[in-house]
Amino acid sequence: MAIESREKPEYKEREAQFSTMSGQPIEPLYGPEVAPQDPEATIGEPGEYPFTRGPYPSMYRGRLWTMRQFAGFGTVEETNERFHYLLDHGQTGLSTAFDMPTLMGYDSDHVRSLGEVGREGVAVDSLDDMEQLFEGIPLGGVTTSMTINAPAAILLAFYVLVGERQGVPPEKLGGTIQTDILKEYIAQKEWCFPIEPAMRLVTDMIEWCSANMPRWHPVSISGYHIREAGSTAQQELAFTLKDGFTYVERALERGLDVDDFAPRLSFFFNAHIDFFEEIAKYRAARRIWAREMRDAYGARREESMRLRFHAQTAGVSLTAQQPLNNVVRTSLEALAAVLGGAQSLHTNSFDEALALPTEEAVRVALRTQQIIAFESGAPSTPDPLGGSWFVEKLTDEMEQAAYEYFARIDELGGMVEAIRRNFPQREIADAAFTYQREVDERKRIVVGVNDFAQEGEEPTPILRIDPALERKQVDRLAATRASRDGVAVEGALAELKRAAATEENLMPPIIAAARVRATEGEMIAAMQEVFGTYTESPVF
Amino acid sequence: MSTATARKIRVVVAKPGLDGHDRGAKIIARALRDAGMEVIYTGLHQTPEQIAETVIQEDADAVGLSILSGAHMTLVPKVVALLAEQGVDDVLVTVGGTIPAEDIPELEKLGVAAVFTPGAGTDEIVEFIRKGAAERHDA
Repeated sequence: MAIESREKPEYKEREAQFSTMSGQPIEPLYGPEVAPQDPEATIGEPGEYPFTRGPYPSMYRGRLWTMRQFAGFGTVEETNERFHYLLDHGQTGLSTAFDMPTLMGYDSDHVRSLGEVGREGVAVDSLDDMEQLFEGIPLGGVTTSMTINAPAAILLAFYVLVGERQGVPPEKLGGTIQTDILKEYIAQKEWCFPIEPAMRLVTDMIEWCSANMPRWHPVSISGYHIREAGSTAQQELAFTLKDGFTYVERALERGLDVDDFAPRLSFFFNAHIDFFEEIAKYRAARRIWAREMRDAYGARREESMRLRFHAQTAGVSLTAQQPLNNVVRTSLEALAAVLGGAQSLHTNSFDEALALPTEEAVRVALRTQQIIAFESGAPSTPDPLGGSWFVEKLTDEMEQAAYEYFARIDELGGMVEAIRRNFPQREIADAAFTYQREVDERKRIVVGVNDFAQEGEEPTPILRIDPALERKQVDRLAATRASRDGVAVEGALAELKRAAATEENLMPPIIAAARVRATEGEMIAAMQEVFGTYTESPVF
Repeated sequence: MSTATARKIRVVVAKPGLDGHDRGAKIIARALRDAGMEVIYTGLHQTPEQIAETVIQEDADAVGLSILSGAHMTLVPKVVALLAEQGVDDVLVTVGGTIPAEDIPELEKLGVAAVFTPGAGTDEIVEFIRKGAAERHDA
């Protein structure tokens, strides 16, 4: 009956084919004929294997997601001020953005840091900086996320030492450090070392944290950046999980028990604009991770099987044109993350297409989360879209697509080998190009850009980073170098070099060096003398 | 109009500084290649010195600098100055990335022919480079 009415000319469809932004075809209708065959086994209940509906039984009825806005610019003084602003306005967790020199392992006075200090995030060179970054913030009372990868062990050492100074021992510190180096070679492109030594450092951190920091996530296995680089949702899902499995394998090879470290692995996904596809992606992620952890990696504890994630709304979806439209985009994306069961969420600010957010813009972004939390009713029951014929089918299709990628990556010899052969990088470049062609040809509409555009817009006031902050940071660094025990630093760096050439866990020598005010750049350089550096052979 | 030469337009697509955002640069590189140009993509983390050297060695007609790190007001002037120092004054210089509107006039004063900001269409960029580079290498 319905099919006949659909054929009538007045019901002719606007497109020959509808699909998600990732190219997954969407049917004219989803009904009971596509209902899941075995819902108890494949969907289950929240807080129970396979965790499709969420990692916790009550989800947001028990506890809302953490409102955790990524922040950082200039020196630690400006960023500390922004941290306090965000906490005062109701955010419930901290998230630190570091500048490019810090991310790439260069001190602020390095020649390669010129013009880059404090621009994309906060400049941190030494423990002195880290202490001031958290001035007035009791680390025992808040969780902190740090977005840093190749130098992650060093920043973790800084954080542990700040905690120590505050009287908070490592075992009481809660938070996350990104550390996910595989996705750097794939997408974010912030590296210091070749792949193998970098993987050794990741395993060192997982091992050390599982013994010393039970409340900490030593790695945030990420898809956000893979997606931002242009991947489809399926690629984001598949490459992220495959990276995660690779870290699990390395930790098992190290001799760790899966149930000792797996509960502290966390994830970070993009929340992009194609609403239902994102929700399906998160649900598929949880189901796949649970199954593989139990069946492939022998996990016995539920905590080892449940995937928990932070989400960030898609930076690439923001437009410079008509920036207030971005409030709408961010809202939809944030709602998808919430309906998809995220544990932690960052919402982008409307002015971020061209710059880091102003206070006003980030306040609106935070209010977006608060409105979803307290006005929309979205958190009132776990997995509200569970049982939707459309969403369950999309979830299944997403899962299937991921397994197809797993098989291709396995055929190449695993993720590390796939990266060496540029496989994920090429997939991403192709997907990015395809998407751009669709936009250029107006097959895909971006409101305000290739349709509904406006002439003569007034430029939005944006955050400008004062170039004088670079000088200020270089002076801070000089003061640190002048006031520390140079002999102790040399000794600590020598010890770090010695340990790097062995199979010892590098967290202790890194902490020791950090304690005597060795700088990040000095520690990275010392390790590079042993490990070497990395240059990619790009494909486009 | 040198139809006889059939020398392809040569474009260097470069990523100056520590910025790792290469999505746009790769798309442009591919679009230029698809449009029949010879494209040299430098890859990431290039110093201004490395970029200038590549432009000269590759006898490029145009160079596209892609920067999304906010460091453009330090890095672009450096590249332009290095090219000028080495007597290269006929290379079309374009910039792409997260460049605030208020920085564009200063970049143009330095000799940057165009700044392409978020939302710029690929075809528009390819055509601009084709026209600008053709004017230079036919001159």
